[in-house]
Amino acid sequence: MTNTLHRFGEPETFRDDFVIFGMAAQGINNKDAKQKLIKFYHMAMKHKPVNIGNHHGSLYRTSENLSPLVHWHRVDEGDPEAVLNSIDDKSAQMAVVFDTAEKLEAFLIELKEADLGLSVNISSLTDMARLCCKNAGIVRHSVGYSMGFHGDLSLLPDKHVLELSTMCGHGMVSNNFAKKMIDLVKEGRRTPKEAAHCLSRFCVCGVFNPAKAERILEEVRKGE
Amino acid sequence: MEIDSKKCVGCGNCVPVCPMGAIYVDTATNRSTVNQDACVECYTCSRAMSKERLNPPLLRMIRGVLKMLRLRFEPEPDVCPTGAHTPQELTWPRIVRRAFSDPQVPHESTGVTGRGTEEVKTNDLTNRVKEGEVGFTIEFGRPGVGVHFKDIQKMIYALVPLPVTFEKKNPVYTLFSDPVKGTIREDVMNEKLLSAILELKTTIAHAPEVLRVVKEVAPTLNTIITIGAATRCDAKGDNKLEPLFIREGYNVFRGKTNAGLGRRSVTPAA
Repeated sequence: MTNTLHRFGEPETFRDDFVIFGMAAQGINNKDAKQKLIKFYHMAMKHKPVNIGNHHGSLYRTSENLSPLVHWHRVDEGDPEAVLNSIDDKSAQMAVVFDTAEKLEAFLIELKEADLGLSVNISSLTDMARLCCKNAGIVRHSVGYSMGFHGDLSLLPDKHVLELSTMCGHGMVSNNFAKKMIDLVKEGRRTPKEAAHCLSRFCVCGVFNPAKAERILEEVRKGE
Repeated sequence: MEIDSKKCVGCGNCVPVCPMGAIYVDTATNRSTVNQDACVECYTCSRAMSKERLNPPLLRMIRGVLKMLRLRFEPEPDVCPTGAHTPQELTWPRIVRRAFSDPQVPHESTGVTGRGTEEVKTNDLTNRVKEGEVGFTIEFGRPGVGVHFKDIQKMIYALVPLPVTFEKKNPVYTLFSDPVKGTIREDVMNEKLLSAILELKTTIAHAPEVLRVVKEVAPTLNTIITIGAATRCDAKGDNKLEPLFIREGYNVFRGKTNAGLGRRSVTPAA
């Protein structure tokens, strides 16, 4: 489950990228996780996450019966109700993405007070996570570090593509599709926001950060 | 995965969507086609593309007229206009491709969707990685490169002589035919996956040796490797692993922090 560990980028590119998981452990506390995850969801939504989801899907979803009119006008502001309704008796985790450390910290304070009993993990810059934990009165329990990419690095695409595609650690956002979105934005055929939402729909567990994607696409558009 | 040639209109929208680049438009038939050797059965094309359920013959006629006029309709990029992607019934050993590549399929070994276990994400409840220990996750194939088991096998053989313990609930471990030697069963060796994770534990003292071996073997494989290393913190939230990595020259600035809020027995939430 290292689906958020190896996001590509230099430290400064993670200033708007904070993923939090609420998770029950298989065979220990997963049997009664549904109500805790529902509470986790409602607490998270108060802090305006940029994405949220579980293994059934994220805020941004595909449609099985899309109207052809979407080719001329497509509005996708996310479907939080679909995420809530997908929490079932088998659910054991939920992922939330925030774009500021302030939101993360405020959420952590609430989580500590709520004492849900779920394991809570923060995927971000480790120093930032530790600071937010400290400010919330939490001492971190364990840390998993990303030690980067190794082997034949010539197999990898350029850094902007990787910054986008590695935001879905399960690999559902393909490098070629990220490149296509970059090209569409550079050619003025899609806005960064439209392209970011389009990419988000491919990540099935809600850890893709559309706000960060929009920022990257805007920077690429301007040639920054 | 297959693409129904009766439904496909050859729009090519699914070509860049495929994480493995396994889909192409066959110019002989003007239909999208899947290279079955390259396909890892991740189901991204059939699951993540929205469907319009349009009439294929009508759409082909419109596209044909536009093509004659050297015009091209620019569709939404994540749409299959006819829902042409058709999952196949998978049999052994091809079925392992989907188990490792589709994140919505839980592994029987872990009960968890995805390619690995809960690792340290539930360490506050499981105590899987204790103080003084390191839990390594060595991931193959990501992002967008893919991996065959034969490459994973090379890495396992290099690691077996070291003082490491492989995680028994890990999906790769469940395919070991000889756990002592670390031999993966022969019938899956040529199967291609989107990615796979090998999980193992050692002591902090042996961590540099494990890293040295992984970095030596990585360039000999036809894939990309990402390394994760996890440890338990002390009562102050410090650990001995981070300073060790810095001394060894690793730039560790990003990771997953377990906040330690899990509990074994709780009062049900209101």
